[in-house]
Amino acid sequence: MPEHTLSILVDNKPGVLTRVTGLIARRGYNIESLAVDKTQDPSLSRVTLVTTAEDVSIEQIKKQLHKLINVHKITELAPEDSIDRELALFKVTVEVDRRSELIQLAEMFKAQVVDVAASTLTIEAAGERTTIAQLEELLAPYGIVETARSGKLALPREKT
Amino acid sequence: MKLNGATALVRALEDLGVKHIFGLPGVQNSQVYDALLDSPIEHVLVRHEQAAVHMADGYARATGGTGVVLVTSGPGATNTVTGIATAYMDSVPVVVITGQVPTTAMGTDAFQEADITTITLPITKHSYLLGNVDELVPSVFEAFYLASSGRPGPVLIDIPLNVAAGQALYKRPAAKPSLPSYKPTIKGNARQVKAAAELIVSAAKPVLLAGGGVVSSGASEALVSLAEQNGIPVVSTLLAKGAIASDHPLYGGQPGVYGTIAANTLLQEADVVIAVGTKFSERITGNATEFAPQAQIIHIDIDPAEIGKNIRVDIPIVGDANVVLAALLERLGTCGASAGRITGKKDKQSCSSPAPDNTTHQVFSVLNQLLSERQQESDVIITTDVGQHQLWASHLIDVDIPRRFLTSGGLGTMGFGLPAALGAQLAYPEALVLCISGDGSFQMNLQEMATAIAQKLPIKVAIINNESLGLVRQYQELFLGQRVTQTHLEALPNYVRLAGAYGWQGKSLCLGKLDQGSNNQADDSSIKEAFSWLIESVGPALLEIVVPTEDLLTPFVKPGGSLLEVVEGA
Repeated sequence: MPEHTLSILVDNKPGVLTRVTGLIARRGYNIESLAVDKTQDPSLSRVTLVTTAEDVSIEQIKKQLHKLINVHKITELAPEDSIDRELALFKVTVEVDRRSELIQLAEMFKAQVVDVAASTLTIEAAGERTTIAQLEELLAPYGIVETARSGKLALPREKT
Repeated sequence: MKLNGATALVRALEDLGVKHIFGLPGVQNSQVYDALLDSPIEHVLVRHEQAAVHMADGYARATGGTGVVLVTSGPGATNTVTGIATAYMDSVPVVVITGQVPTTAMGTDAFQEADITTITLPITKHSYLLGNVDELVPSVFEAFYLASSGRPGPVLIDIPLNVAAGQALYKRPAAKPSLPSYKPTIKGNARQVKAAAELIVSAAKPVLLAGGGVVSSGASEALVSLAEQNGIPVVSTLLAKGAIASDHPLYGGQPGVYGTIAANTLLQEADVVIAVGTKFSERITGNATEFAPQAQIIHIDIDPAEIGKNIRVDIPIVGDANVVLAALLERLGTCGASAGRITGKKDKQSCSSPAPDNTTHQVFSVLNQLLSERQQESDVIITTDVGQHQLWASHLIDVDIPRRFLTSGGLGTMGFGLPAALGAQLAYPEALVLCISGDGSFQMNLQEMATAIAQKLPIKVAIINNESLGLVRQYQELFLGQRVTQTHLEALPNYVRLAGAYGWQGKSLCLGKLDQGSNNQADDSSIKEAFSWLIESVGPALLEIVVPTEDLLTPFVKPGGSLLEVVEGA
């Protein structure tokens, strides 16, 4: 099933996120990624949500979401017409003698080391989801202890 | 002037024109009950909160207004769930006001605390959990606006005790709240209307499929005009019964899984289906992929999410049924569609259920005859419960105007009939309100017999007793290899004595097993006499008619089958 990114402008009120996510869950779809925060207008929040669903189903999900009184606008963001970013933190086990090689790897991904401990490094990476996934794959052999991700953030690309 | 929240709430309800509230008090809504003491709004005390919602629902379906419910927190609120789901599935405007524990106690598992706004999320059009008293009045006005506009539906307002007790200024908001994210489309797209009109003109075998939206938008006249001016037969769903008179020459009956062969044939052979205000539930379409295989489909609905949800649509028109049909009529007037190209149904029998002449069929036929005579002189409102009796009634009881056949179509809620009848009777004290029920359904809300007495509501109940959960039993018999299980209802109460216990009048007529030797056709006159007794009774009255358990409701579509793959009379 194809992946869909929905950018949903909602009222910044208690319970609104439950309405949005509950509606998607009720139809049997999993939410792959979710990011929420208020917008430049603090009465509104932007929900950026990634789910996998058939094209017919995503149309129905969008229509149902539109029916929620707290939902103002829904935009489906196609990858080619949008900018997307994700922030991820990876805590990786590493022996002292392999630290520099790991730091080099991080640099290639424009990622930063944000914490160093005796046996671990924590790397902060930001970029497209696919890039983050690639980095994760390369870090895996070292031993990833913990990860935290912001979820995908996206905005439509402006026409030049 | 500052008022407490509860008084402001009651003032808002008065300003919204509320005349009746159905409910039951508890600690957390006690402030509201106190405020109601000084209000002209009449309160109907129920015996179970589920019934309060069905009463408000019946009231709303019968009048076209909004029904109002007031219950307490915790179990009071959770008891409303089935009622709310029933109203949601049939798009009925109901506002449910629940008491809640004080905001300071919320989330502590306080006594009688339940998170009712979350519980009801999937079954409400919208809901409010009030955090402070200033939100109260605007939320009430919004709730009524949301419940009754666009595609109607239930709205819940959860009011914590300290919010109801807080001090607020009462200021009547604008009649129509401003909700930037809620703007139902009323007028259909002109280009789509034109395309629909052209398709209708070119159609050889068009059919109108009327759904509940025709009734809720008051589009019956427009529907009948469209049918008459263009010679188009009309089939109607359970919720649209009465949208066109049962004896109208263009009425084609009720289609669907439990529909008539005549109505199903009209749909399956149509080249154009004009569907108005229907969600194309599988009860109407049968196997959706084989529905109306040759037809182009025009779908008029106020809810864009219904377009293409269950059935492919060729020409969608989002808008209010009445407004869109009026536009379509105007457009067709200039197109010169040929009136009278379809003669409609051949005779009355072909569009009512052609079930075999079993005793139950006979009971409904006799009742229909009586009611038809009665309808000439007074208002008659029928409510039903859910099961075989509901379908027999929907096929065999003629209804000539909308909002006079109230039934739980979408959710199929047993126990709906009695409270819905009470709500309808309250709205129309002079009408003959008859609840047609079954021995299974009736037991699901029979405590409201007390409400009928207390409120002096002279409703009539006919229990068609076949000593079983008949619709499920016949499913087991026909599709589960006769493995009949848990559908025989043992230890049924003596309904006549039950009636007496509640202060009702009661009578029983045995045409079934209990009356040995009456397996032959019963005598019409005894059935007529019994129903006449029921109808003429003063005050609430109950008639039990014992019918043979084995009477089948036919025809019906085989599970998963197309509309013409039917099981006919056994």
